[in-house]
Amino acid sequence: MACVLVVALSLSACGFSKPVDGIQDPNERLNRRIHAENIAFDRFLFRPASKVYGRGIPMPIRRGIGNFAGNLNLPRVVVNNLLQFRIGKALKHTGRFVINTTLGMGGLLDPATPMGVEEDRTNFGETLYVWGFKEGNFMELPLLGPSTDRATVGMIVDLFTNPLVYMVPSPENAIGVFSAGLSKVGDRYEYSSTIDSILYESEDSYAQARSLYLQNRRFELGVEVTDDEVDEIDSLFEDLYGE
Amino acid sequence: MVNDVKRRTVLAGLGASVVAAAVPGSAMALTTAEARSLIDDVVSEITRVINSGGSESRMLTQFERIFDRFANTAIISIRVLGADARSASQAQLRDFTVAFRRYIARKYGRRFREFIGGRIEVDSARAVKSWHEVQTTAHLQGEAPFRIDFLVKEAGGRNLFFDMVIEGISLTKVEREEIGAMLDRRRGNLDQLISDLRSTG
Repeated sequence: MACVLVVALSLSACGFSKPVDGIQDPNERLNRRIHAENIAFDRFLFRPASKVYGRGIPMPIRRGIGNFAGNLNLPRVVVNNLLQFRIGKALKHTGRFVINTTLGMGGLLDPATPMGVEEDRTNFGETLYVWGFKEGNFMELPLLGPSTDRATVGMIVDLFTNPLVYMVPSPENAIGVFSAGLSKVGDRYEYSSTIDSILYESEDSYAQARSLYLQNRRFELGVEVTDDEVDEIDSLFEDLYGE
Repeated sequence: MVNDVKRRTVLAGLGASVVAAAVPGSAMALTTAEARSLIDDVVSEITRVINSGGSESRMLTQFERIFDRFANTAIISIRVLGADARSASQAQLRDFTVAFRRYIARKYGRRFREFIGGRIEVDSARAVKSWHEVQTTAHLQGEAPFRIDFLVKEAGGRNLFFDMVIEGISLTKVEREEIGAMLDRRRGNLDQLISDLRSTG
């Protein structure tokens, strides 16, 4: 698997990264085309479907489905915690999985969060970050939206990092994918005013989505403010207020 | 080894006190406590407006006033304009600052309605680089709590915040993209942009 990984990463050109602050988007034309298709998909299918789902299914049930999907994902989170050498987090998420699977009725409820055992989401994209791989180029994926080279490789590898996939027999394990899909539809409904404002009220929704995604992703990974940015701010204050 | 570390700590301490002695008290930048108290005020003002039960247009005017009073609108405007700020005249910059303030208050003020019944808690403040970062957490009804950081820096004798960062997303950077796109669409015509910002919403 390591070999496949190295090949995938070199293909995605993760090695040629510029400073993390800037936006690296050499395939902008292609990305914008995919973005336009994603917008059409959202406008005519995803958004209307999420309205039907959100209005038809009561909130506690929608939340239960979201919890269930999140719980099934936890073993994958634990595997990635271990790959990141974060033993404490791996133990915490194992505890969370046990609590929510038992007390939480198979994961439909989330008693772990009020107990202080909340989830810190992670994935193989973060594992690659921890291992020192660069972010690579920005890319917009069909249907899935904004990503980077590193995040995309992570997503592909994560298809194989959930132990449950191997432990649960074949027709039953489809429930994981199914609930994760429903959970996404639920999120589209839940955060609809924010998502609508980005996709439909901006004069350049592509640039907005790209900026929001990259900033939030770097924040989650714990990337620090760059020296360039500090210099920009300091010299601006210097110019205006002459310290 | 232990001795070495100790020696370095002592030296660093000495260095710090020398620097402190060299800088007169009045010129020292704002303290963490001052930064925190500024954001305490911002948060309580915002909360007061949200729960005042006033009409939307009234609330938006009040947000504009809060933004004007607590935010460094000069710095934010120049950062948002980016390279275009350099070619702008003083008058254009002034007009843009006023128009942008209105635009921001309306765009984000509308979203603050979602805060009704929720609360923002000021968690901590710390020095980061040449400014202070005040971390707050927004607790909204039926939503996972999320972080809002305010970046505070003394400017011309006043303590003001010059950026607001929601879960890592800087308002300045987002608006730099948006204003940049707006300018592109208007072929770089700043006056057109200013008049559009004045009239929209």
